[in-house]
Amino acid sequence: MTGGSALAAALGVLRRDLLLALRRKSDALAPVFFFVIVASLFPLGIGPEPDLLRRIGPGVLWVGALLATMLALARLFAADYEDGTLEQLALSPEPFVMLAAAKVGAHWLVSGLPLIVAAPVLALQYGLPADTIAVLVASLLLGTPVLSLVGAIGAALTLGVRGGGLLVALIVLPLYVPALVFGAGAVDANLAGTGAAAHLSLLGACLVIAGFFAPWAITAALRIALE
Amino acid sequence: MNWGSAAEFFAMGGYAPYVWGSYCVVALCMIIEPVAVRARRRAAAARLKALEGAARRTASEAAA
Amino acid sequence: MINWFRFSSPQTFYPLAGRMVPWFAGAAAILALAGLYLAFFVAPTDAQQGESYRIIFVHVPASWMSMFIYLVMAGWAAIGLVFNTRLSYMMAAALAPTGALFAFLSLWTGALWGKPTWGTYWVWDARLTSELVLLFLYIGVMALHAAIDDTRRADKACAVLALVGAVNIPIIYFSVQWWNTLHQGASVSVTRAPSMAAVMFAGMIVMVFAFWAYSIAVALARARAIILERERHSGWAHELAAA
Repeated sequence: MTGGSALAAALGVLRRDLLLALRRKSDALAPVFFFVIVASLFPLGIGPEPDLLRRIGPGVLWVGALLATMLALARLFAADYEDGTLEQLALSPEPFVMLAAAKVGAHWLVSGLPLIVAAPVLALQYGLPADTIAVLVASLLLGTPVLSLVGAIGAALTLGVRGGGLLVALIVLPLYVPALVFGAGAVDANLAGTGAAAHLSLLGACLVIAGFFAPWAITAALRIALE
Repeated sequence: MNWGSAAEFFAMGGYAPYVWGSYCVVALCMIIEPVAVRARRRAAAARLKALEGAARRTASEAAA
Repeated sequence: MINWFRFSSPQTFYPLAGRMVPWFAGAAAILALAGLYLAFFVAPTDAQQGESYRIIFVHVPASWMSMFIYLVMAGWAAIGLVFNTRLSYMMAAALAPTGALFAFLSLWTGALWGKPTWGTYWVWDARLTSELVLLFLYIGVMALHAAIDDTRRADKACAVLALVGAVNIPIIYFSVQWWNTLHQGASVSVTRAPSMAAVMFAGMIVMVFAFWAYSIAVALARARAIILERERHSGWAHELAAA
């Protein structure tokens, strides 16, 4: 039974990716800075009226986090693909699925978690009340892993292909629609007073589905890219 | 019959731009698409012919 | 014993498709004429929408075909991945542009229907918004194929993407419907037709079949073009060209 060693291998990959990310903090923090800048652009473009900002806040913050996650995808597999590490992972006796999932997990910890930390601060810019901010954080906690998992499929499909970043966006953004609808919808619902429970449950369901199926699609896509 | 005259038919009860705007674009697309596909196939066949001609020529030159 | 793979080689499929295209094209033309006759000369004027409702006779077929073609494309993608038959990938590639075209036409006709009916060219109703996302999915598949130079890799990558998209379509549709009912109280569905007369329905169905026959004809014709483009290193193609 290779269960134990597979998990150990996956954790090894996770630890390695985290270590590599820590060594290049600027790379890791770029998505957060992007998120902050984008969140600041909207009031500049629309106007500082508090009621309007509160109304658009949930959507803007969610779209900003979504775009930042998507931009971060470029770093997910590219480095390992170029130096041959990815091929070694594919050839290893441990299930490639688990190793790929570990890479996505590490990516989320490095790129997704900082977004969730930054979100409450940005939510203050939009004048969202405290309980709404709590729902925003919850929705991002459930939603950004979905975005990472689904986005990883796009990143794997476009490994080493020209037009990379924009192509990933073209492929992945339509697939992001459910997470966006349920995530931003949850915050909106809380703001409107109708309760975010239904939205968050659906978002949780999306996470479960993505967690089960995305790693297989990611692995298939990686194998195609490595052929 | 729905229409008293040809003029009525083309007027579509005042909705002419919308109805004909829809049908004309649909018809246009469903004419242009097959034409484009045929052009594509012809271009591919012509390319094959050119390659075949070039191959025959080099083969005969090699034999000579 | 049936040899299911007899026509899975481009060499045998090419002439077969060539014989099939005229039949389906002819069927499409006849069905379209019948459908248009029903649409304009038999179906009565709608009580609420006047003559503008006649757009449904092209809008609904375009919508349904855009969705159906995506599923067929995903089906060929799956067959290609399972059996590693290159013709399956070619069929999927042949279907994508036609499906995308129908998605665009669905949006175009939907917008022109929305303007006289609800006052704006774009209504964020669930059906139109899902159709827009479907168009994006088509564009993504076609862009991915165009971006990858290695044909084998492009085929397989697009197959995976098409399947991922197919799995996501119900989820996307459900989420958009959810979003729509929460944000718009009175539902404004572009395809609301609760009191559709039988004759209107008949006209619509005939047009759906016309679009279906058209799609088959165009997809088979495009598949032939793709075969010639890809098989330029094979002997049979050169003999075909030399003939």
